[in-house]
Amino acid sequence: MSFLAELWAFARSRKKIWLLPLIVILALFGGLLILVQGSALAPFIYTLF
Amino acid sequence: MRILGVSAFYHDSAAALVVDGRIVAAAQEERFTRRKHDAGFPDHAIQYCLSEAGLTLKDIDHIAFYDKPLLKFERLLETYLAFAPRGFASFSKAMPIWLREKLFLNNLLCTRLKAIGGAHDWAAKLLFTEHHMSHAASAFFPSPFEEAAVLTMDGVGEWATTSLALGSGADLRITKEIHFPHSLGLLYSAFTAYTGFKVNSGEYKVMGLAPYGVPRFAQTILDHVIDVKEDGSFRLNMDYFDYASGLRMTSQRFHDLFGGPPRQPEKWMDQREMDLAASIQAVLQHVVLKLTRAIAAETGARKLCLAGGVALNCVANGHILRDGRFDEIWVQPASGDAGGALGAALAASHGIGAVPRQVTPGQDAMNGAYLGPQFSDQDIAQRLTAAGARFTRLDEADLIARTADDLAEGRAIGWFQGRMEFGPRALGARSILGDPRSPTMQSLLNLKVKYRESFRPFAPSVLREDVADWFELDADSPYMLLVADVVERRRRPMTPEQQALFGIEKLNVPRSDIPAVTHIDYSARIQTVHRETNPLYHALISAFRDRTGCPVVVNTSFNVRGEPLVCTPEEAFRCLMGTDIEVLVVGRQYMRKQDQDPALMTRYEGAFELD
Repeated sequence: MSFLAELWAFARSRKKIWLLPLIVILALFGGLLILVQGSALAPFIYTLF
Repeated sequence: MRILGVSAFYHDSAAALVVDGRIVAAAQEERFTRRKHDAGFPDHAIQYCLSEAGLTLKDIDHIAFYDKPLLKFERLLETYLAFAPRGFASFSKAMPIWLREKLFLNNLLCTRLKAIGGAHDWAAKLLFTEHHMSHAASAFFPSPFEEAAVLTMDGVGEWATTSLALGSGADLRITKEIHFPHSLGLLYSAFTAYTGFKVNSGEYKVMGLAPYGVPRFAQTILDHVIDVKEDGSFRLNMDYFDYASGLRMTSQRFHDLFGGPPRQPEKWMDQREMDLAASIQAVLQHVVLKLTRAIAAETGARKLCLAGGVALNCVANGHILRDGRFDEIWVQPASGDAGGALGAALAASHGIGAVPRQVTPGQDAMNGAYLGPQFSDQDIAQRLTAAGARFTRLDEADLIARTADDLAEGRAIGWFQGRMEFGPRALGARSILGDPRSPTMQSLLNLKVKYRESFRPFAPSVLREDVADWFELDADSPYMLLVADVVERRRRPMTPEQQALFGIEKLNVPRSDIPAVTHIDYSARIQTVHRETNPLYHALISAFRDRTGCPVVVNTSFNVRGEPLVCTPEEAFRCLMGTDIEVLVVGRQYMRKQDQDPALMTRYEGAFELD
């Protein structure tokens, strides 16, 4: 819950409320990816993420 | 005010402890876990920092993390949106990592802190500093300057890849930024990957390879790949890169432009790779000089601080100094992400902590970068005895005399003294030393001690008072972050036959009175040694000078290829027994390889993943 509050405060202060629907969709989609994926190893490029 | 700085979860995790504005300890996690560029949470480094100060984690007022995860997440989402649907492969790798842990970094940090310090309201102590602010703080606050411009250049943090900050006293403000995906660090990394080296560690090899090549691709890069404006601001043509949306650094169009696919790692290198290295190095210098000239003109600053991974490009740093726009430059020795831990702690200390900043003109606050663990002679003797070493304890005068004799007789020396260095360079605390006058020292150290490619030059450690006699430099370079040429009178010109040699064969031609540290373009990556920060090392080089007339020694990091710098006496002994190092000096303990039990010899080569 504290994370959601933090995310809301962040989006407000950065004027990025428009990103929130995208975050929800991506989170759902990303959640699916977690379910179908064994491990979350970073690929062989500069660690951008 | 006690602040613990932490960098973690990307590369080069580290911890740093700042007490009342003074840097007490700093160390990279890799030194303890023995995994190069370890990206895990720095449990060991934190515990070391606390033990150095005799504190527990609960004694710490704030824990400062070196970047802002939500801001980074925002960059990721907006980048995927901008490149959609092309970024799916990258997205499908990134999202699970973020949704599992990185998005909940607050909780993750609290859990790890609880494991070290027990139950506590850790969230209330957490602070997050922007990535480039961490870098800028690591460069400005420990510098010997009351006021300075601070240029940070790296791959990427949250959004910023290049930033200008202005520092005055305890105040530091970022005034300009260039944002992802336009990044000098990523441009250089793209060429690192393309020339067959590992991203985020092979950049140093590209810089070392550059003098063998001709920058015949530089104009192509400037015409097609990067658009540089008069003030040094730039934009990359993303058609040539794949990193923003894919899982490779370069795109097919990049490969077409430069005439072929990337070189496979560890495969034969030809003139093309050398020319590519020379070209990207030339372009980097071109852009960096435009940036620094614009900064000098715009801000009127006479001092410049540098940080971020690109600031480890000591060839470019040498150009900035010689360009003369700034009276002095100071480069943070841990300019990569490890230094972010220190910067975050310093930014919090002088920011939220409002600790006043003490500046000592002419002397920085890094303690020579000797900020890591040290061992008492009693402890060293016990550890070495337990490891089966046969050694003699000498007093300081004998130790210096015998080691200087060994150096003068051409032996490779493992030199382990005092506190370990913070940052990627060995600076005379965990170093392998040799005689730079020996024409065979370079290949001996490369092939039999370091087990690495022989094209890379070694660095000289030179007494500060003698630097101008040997190199075209008369400034402090205590952290091996400036490159300058060997002075004319000590050079040896190459014959036409030698000039015609191919690439790295040229390295075997003695090009100066100190061939082991002279690159083929007569340049050298210089460490000036100062009596104030490392008196023992200074005494050793002085003794070597008394015997040989040469105030310079070869200094390379005490490790083999792919291994982090040795941290403990046992690791130093293991390195002695697994390589062709002939003498090991650990504190006052002196030992020779020939006196050791042959049963303890180990095959060391291949023990670590190649970097």
